Amino acid sequence: MAKMTVARAMVEVLKSEGVEIIFGIPGAAIYPFYDALYSSDIKHVLVRTEQAAVHEASGYARTTGKVGVCVATSGPGATNLITGIATAYMDSVPIVAITGQVNSSLIGKDVFQEVDITGATAPFTKHNYLVKDPKKIVRILKEAFYIASTGRRGPVLIDVPIDVQMQEIEFEIPKEIDIPGYKPKEKGHPLQIKRAVEAIENSKRPVVCSGGGVIASGASEELRILVEKQKIPVISTLMGIGCIPTDHPYYLGMIGSHGQKEANLALRQADLLIVIGARLADRALGDTKITDNMKIIHIDIDPAEIGKNVDTNIPIVGDAKQVLSEINKRISERKDFWAYEIKAQKKVLPDDDKLHPYDVLKEISRAYNGDYIITTDVGQHQIWAAHNLYIKKPGTFITSGGLGTMGYGIPAAIGAKFGRPDKEVISITGDGSFQMLLQELATIKREQVPIKIVLFNNTRLGMVYELQKKRCTGRFIATCLDGNPDFMILAKAYGIESMRLESKEKLKEAIEIMKIHDGPFLLEVVTSPDEPTIP
Amino acid sequence: MKYTLSVLVENHPGVLSRVAGLFSRRGFNIDSLAVGVTEDPTISRMTIVVNGDDYIVEQVTKQLNKLIDVIKIKKLNPKEAVERELALIKVNANSQTRSDIIQITEIFRANIVDVSKETLTIEISGDEDKIEALIELLKQYGIREVVRTGLIAIERGNKVISKSKSEEDE
Ligand SMILES: Cc1ncc(C[n+]2csc(CCOP(=O)(O)OP(=O)(O)O)c2C)c(N)n1
Repeated sequence: MAKMTVARAMVEVLKSEGVEIIFGIPGAAIYPFYDALYSSDIKHVLVRTEQAAVHEASGYARTTGKVGVCVATSGPGATNLITGIATAYMDSVPIVAITGQVNSSLIGKDVFQEVDITGATAPFTKHNYLVKDPKKIVRILKEAFYIASTGRRGPVLIDVPIDVQMQEIEFEIPKEIDIPGYKPKEKGHPLQIKRAVEAIENSKRPVVCSGGGVIASGASEELRILVEKQKIPVISTLMGIGCIPTDHPYYLGMIGSHGQKEANLALRQADLLIVIGARLADRALGDTKITDNMKIIHIDIDPAEIGKNVDTNIPIVGDAKQVLSEINKRISERKDFWAYEIKAQKKVLPDDDKLHPYDVLKEISRAYNGDYIITTDVGQHQIWAAHNLYIKKPGTFITSGGLGTMGYGIPAAIGAKFGRPDKEVISITGDGSFQMLLQELATIKREQVPIKIVLFNNTRLGMVYELQKKRCTGRFIATCLDGNPDFMILAKAYGIESMRLESKEKLKEAIEIMKIHDGPFLLEVVTSPDEPTIP
Repeated sequence: MKYTLSVLVENHPGVLSRVAGLFSRRGFNIDSLAVGVTEDPTISRMTIVVNGDDYIVEQVTKQLNKLIDVIKIKKLNPKEAVERELALIKVNANSQTRSDIIQITEIFRANIVDVSKETLTIEISGDEDKIEALIELLKQYGIREVVRTGLIAIERGNKVISKSKSEEDE
């Protein structure tokens, strides 16, 4: 057993967990940890605001399947993490967030830069810790990684007072972790699986609704086998996009209030709904009412999701990959694909000489042949991307589906590129969202992260503007983004190449320029404020 | 409907606030919550009385189970459990009413634990109905103060709720 400071021990545990990269901003309450980081080969990415640190860790986690790590100082550093942590919680992204805290003896006294961050984040972390006993740090960090990355994944926060960071401890990594109250259940109950198989085989119009859980558990292949064997149409939530290639003959699209018509139609006509790794929240269901003549099978690793938003006939608690492969072992083949008719009604997009966002997204899909990782922000552009981009592989469409956090896209793209430097990473954003965390252009420049940004500039908070147009008979308030900067000059200020696209003729050329450009690139697409979310 | 949940949790600071926070956040109604350490000092036991239908109780149980510090939850069947609450009731008493109050106290097998010139303080333990009934009777004399612990409960017979998680409780 070696003697070392808690700060050193923290770095040692991170190393033993295979952490290669950390996103953060230092401060006085976390400086011992940073000092210990100095002599390690873990890369630290200095962000420009802490919220970006979590989103970057999130983009990294979602592309690598590893735990993303971010660090902040006490007080304002810690509170700046909050939106990012809540975003990760809603989308079940494994994150370990480390925060500095004021001296233990001063906790609770409202001293300089003190905040009760464990109290503040309790509702939207999977678990969190305030480390008071230096001897417990190693175990706590190990537990944090374990909790974040198993079962239904999610963010875990560890708050470490500065005096604790400086204490000396005997360093030893525990071999095993035993948390009595935490035993995620991965295998589905055999009887329930049997019932599910029967229900699927006896149904006439089954539909699979797949969510982010399918992607998180790596169950895409099992899903494909099931739906091809039983010829089941697949609809997805926003988080589930990419669970199966979007050009798969059985894929009908995204459901919900911002979903595709075919997908919603299939949901309405189904006699059996197989929900996998999805919450079926209000936005996913839209105005579809689940009726009594529709049976529901719900597969989820988190038992609390089952029966929360819709009544379930056959609940199966377990990991989607395991449960689906068990179902596949038993299930028969089916002949007819009932949803072809629905699929045939697929809407044709208007084709005129105006430059529409869907033209841009279709062209990107074509130029890259789906060979990219996409991140999006939140707004109309997010829905345009969800509907029109070709998504070939699971985990390549990264968006804030749960919390709907504007500002997510750019930092998530940075994290994604660090996670998968071999992949093209394209961030689809709007002028409103972009300006929520555009200071990350500095991180892009400093680290030379070669991501591509496609910025749909409609000088509006488009999604809300559209709502006002529909619901408030055009009483527009606070949705016009007058005062937008010239985004090309802005990019230039950060040393990032850019281009503005205004007409359809230049479309192919612009995408080609973006594609071959070596290094970060901003493509500003000038868009009409009246472009609807769903044409 | 009222349901009694017996919840084993790790005896850490912050656990109570996590549990209580969960109730308010998710919009569940708790009637009462009583906590104390168990035979194992690393584990506390909470007895939670929830008001709601089957859906609510199921959600409460599942959401509680998600908390890392929650080790085990069991829904107690009132017929197979002993349920008790402790209450201290301070009631107005003068020379005319004093003996009536003492009589009532005896009928309820409650105890008088403090006496002053103008008041009597009564200690009673029992299920909720019994305590309600006593309070109801004492109201006519003028109740000054009531303190109640909330319900605690334990299963009858040799059944115990142990730390190890088993399938049947899920
Ligand atoms: C942090 C945050 N604040 C506010 C909102 C509410 N909101 C949802 S979409 C939207 C407009 C987004 O505008 P923009 O990024 O320009 O995208 P567009 O809809 O124009 O494509 C707003 C304000 C949000 N989702 N997140």
